[in-house]
Amino acid sequence: MPYDPRLVAPMREEMVRMGARELKSVAEVDDLLGDPKGTLLVFVNSVCGCAAGNARPGLALALRHAVRPQQIVTVFAGQDVEATARARQYFSDYQPSSPSMALFREGEVVHFIHRHQIEGQAPQTVAANLIGAFDKFCGATV
Amino acid sequence: MSGHVFHPGHHALHGVTVLLETKGSESYIGRLDTEDEAGVHLLDVAVHQAQDSGLSKADFVRRTLKFGVRVDRKHAVVPSAEVASLKPLGEAGS
Repeated sequence: MPYDPRLVAPMREEMVRMGARELKSVAEVDDLLGDPKGTLLVFVNSVCGCAAGNARPGLALALRHAVRPQQIVTVFAGQDVEATARARQYFSDYQPSSPSMALFREGEVVHFIHRHQIEGQAPQTVAANLIGAFDKFCGATV
Repeated sequence: MSGHVFHPGHHALHGVTVLLETKGSESYIGRLDTEDEAGVHLLDVAVHQAQDSGLSKADFVRRTLKFGVRVDRKHAVVPSAEVASLKPLGEAGS
């Protein structure tokens, strides 16, 4: 059962503040991921303070980096259930976990961060993982 | 909402995906929930049986590190006396 929307609202707002577009419906997910262009990061948001509490600030830090994906989108696991399930179909080689992040380039998943890579990590460590991927896959010369 | 944990008084590894190796042939990867008199409670668990699987334990861990936890059981309880080692999955790859 989803949490009270009032409880998760700050977690949604944290994503929007850093420039992420929320995908709340299957149609929105398909519109964007069905024919993705360029580079795109999908952040699977979560209420879990154990991991998501470091994942969101880690992403925020990484997005200060000069090289970054062209688009940042987010689905909310356990909240926007159908949208999240649909988004996961686009990276179905990877088992579902939340929070998690998938970096796409021209429709292909080129980097994935699982929940287990976030748990217990400082936001700076999460950011370093992301920045390494941004530099490798999102640079102008790629 | 950053860094907020909803579970006061939780196990030190509560919410962490762990590799639990038993003294027998089974190994488990799952999210640690708690430990009580019944044992260690894991959620969303992948199970490796050394004698039944064509996959070595090392490959089981490597596959999980790369592709995530392939859930065999929603909940598993491992008696504490059967636990040979317990560590965060992230440490298993280092």
